[in-house]
Amino acid sequence: MNFQLTKEQEFVRKMVRKFAETEVEPIAADIDKEHRFPTETVEKMARYGLLGVPIPKEYGGAGGDNVSYAITVEELSRVCGSTGVICSAHTSLCGWPLLAYGTEEQKQKYLVPIAKGEKLGAFGLTEPNAGTDAGGQQTRAVDKGDHWELNGAKVFITNGGYADVFIVMAMTDKSKGTRGGISSFIVEKDFEGFSIGKTEDKMGICASSTTELVFQNCIVPKENLLGQVGEGFKIAMSTLDGGRIGIASQALGIAQGAFDVTVEYMKSRKQFGKSLNKYQALQFEMAEMRTRIEAARLLIYNAANMKDNHLKYGPYSAMAKLYAAETAMYVTTKAVQFHGGYGYIKDYPVERMMRDAKITEIYEGTSEVQKMVIAADIFGK
Amino acid sequence: MALKIIVCAKQVPDTNEVKIDPVKNTLIREGVPSILNHDDANALEEALKIKDQYPDTHITVVTMGPPQAKDLLIECMAMGADEGILLSDRALGGSDTWATSNAIAAAVNKIGDYDLIFAGRQAIDGDTAQVGPQVAEKLGLPQVTYVKEFSINGKEVTVKRALEDGYELIKIQLPCVLTAIKELNTPRYMSIGGIYDAVKADIKVWGAKELELDLNTVGLEASPTNVFRSFTPAPKGKGIMLDKDTVEENAHALLEMLQEKYIIA
Repeated sequence: MNFQLTKEQEFVRKMVRKFAETEVEPIAADIDKEHRFPTETVEKMARYGLLGVPIPKEYGGAGGDNVSYAITVEELSRVCGSTGVICSAHTSLCGWPLLAYGTEEQKQKYLVPIAKGEKLGAFGLTEPNAGTDAGGQQTRAVDKGDHWELNGAKVFITNGGYADVFIVMAMTDKSKGTRGGISSFIVEKDFEGFSIGKTEDKMGICASSTTELVFQNCIVPKENLLGQVGEGFKIAMSTLDGGRIGIASQALGIAQGAFDVTVEYMKSRKQFGKSLNKYQALQFEMAEMRTRIEAARLLIYNAANMKDNHLKYGPYSAMAKLYAAETAMYVTTKAVQFHGGYGYIKDYPVERMMRDAKITEIYEGTSEVQKMVIAADIFGK
Repeated sequence: MALKIIVCAKQVPDTNEVKIDPVKNTLIREGVPSILNHDDANALEEALKIKDQYPDTHITVVTMGPPQAKDLLIECMAMGADEGILLSDRALGGSDTWATSNAIAAAVNKIGDYDLIFAGRQAIDGDTAQVGPQVAEKLGLPQVTYVKEFSINGKEVTVKRALEDGYELIKIQLPCVLTAIKELNTPRYMSIGGIYDAVKADIKVWGAKELELDLNTVGLEASPTNVFRSFTPAPKGKGIMLDKDTVEENAHALLEMLQEKYIIA
């Protein structure tokens, strides 16, 4: 049993923290206000390997482990939740399924530029009538002999407006249902019949891009089937198992960021003749917040470490995501409260952090869905 | 073009509130996080820019310090340096600038094959700006300090050397020693892939024996410097700006002020 980070992981934290504080934090409030996707930050993240942390070097990645990846998303999210999810969706939801299920040709063609960050990735599962209930997929893929033809639409797709490569789930045989009826495809943004629909106007993570994907007789080459026909649901679920480590890390980072800002605020804010940090009632609340943050961190790093060791980590990443997301809401809500009126205005970052935190309880499986995953591990499906 | 560059770097405490040992008059380093000295990061960055342009360039970073200074070499390699050498030995402990430059010059001689030595102007802990120039003197190499712009053409280097009120444009032949200031460039970050390579990399550790050093030239005892007082220099005033309507009036006012201070008769 060893709870110490490796030397590599310590250096990754040091590097990403410096990067985040220098490149991301100064623009975080502006890109949130302007709802502007930070293309310039994405280019810099690519240059330093932040968009391919857990992908092996032979496929253009940094050759890191999943704990380092979790730390990367955490440290980015500590200053900007939007930037954190750009990294997470790209890496977990596009890079990883290509690595796990792609053929060698697919890896060379798609994974290498994704891992290098030359291209941005996204993942399309959710539909207007099929979120967690993936079996309700209405997007259909029909085998046209020399290609697949996709028709339908996806919603709430992170990175949608800026991604070059999409992993898309579509029904290939409705009679087989969820398991066996869904397949995965690699779709390029320029494929005929593929377009980006509406961009969502969100409560938080406003600098991230969330869009619809529209398929109208979209032509997908035969060789762009990911995995086997009918394997789509398995690919989607295993991808989300890993994605939850990313979102849990995003939630953890947001919580830590709000906590750190609040510690500094409490030292400088004086009321009734003494600074806020001298009030024991507030100290105890901060102690509670920090304890929850540390517990979330251990759950996440443990799930990431289990993934690195090829253990069955799915229920553990669900627990990590459930707990980290709720911790993010708990801590950011308190952080706003501790800032009083200043917490409610946009001059201080905690207002943005509280809005950003909420989504972590919703996407890549709501907190309720995480409980379903965990309960299934207890009682069976 | 494939240059061989040696970068001299130092691990320094990361704080503006370093405490000073009242007896020894040296810095208390315990408990203070360490960083790559700022000017040295600029020196390394310039070497890395040469390597960006000429990928066959080989960069060796040399540092002297306790065993944990290995972390500094890992950081430099994670930024893109090829090799790190740590000069570490109890016999080297407490060295002042003279003794330190003896050890570094010995290391450079042991490396042997090099075209360019790049160092930072000065370290934020000692602030002496002496080690770079001393290394150049001991190696018998030409040197330019305070480099704020750098270009290379074959064996000829052109640099701008910063002065308080301008710069000198200097051409110098390789091999030579240059010291960098922050205006030279913006250092890059480590890369994640670089971190994973660097932690695994083999870092050479050389002691006084490997460097074949005369023990009378290194370490605390051999150091001629005695710190008798440390202080924070008073910040320089803004100076007096003359903004009369005409040049003649300004000149007249200036003459009067200089006379008042008995600087001119």
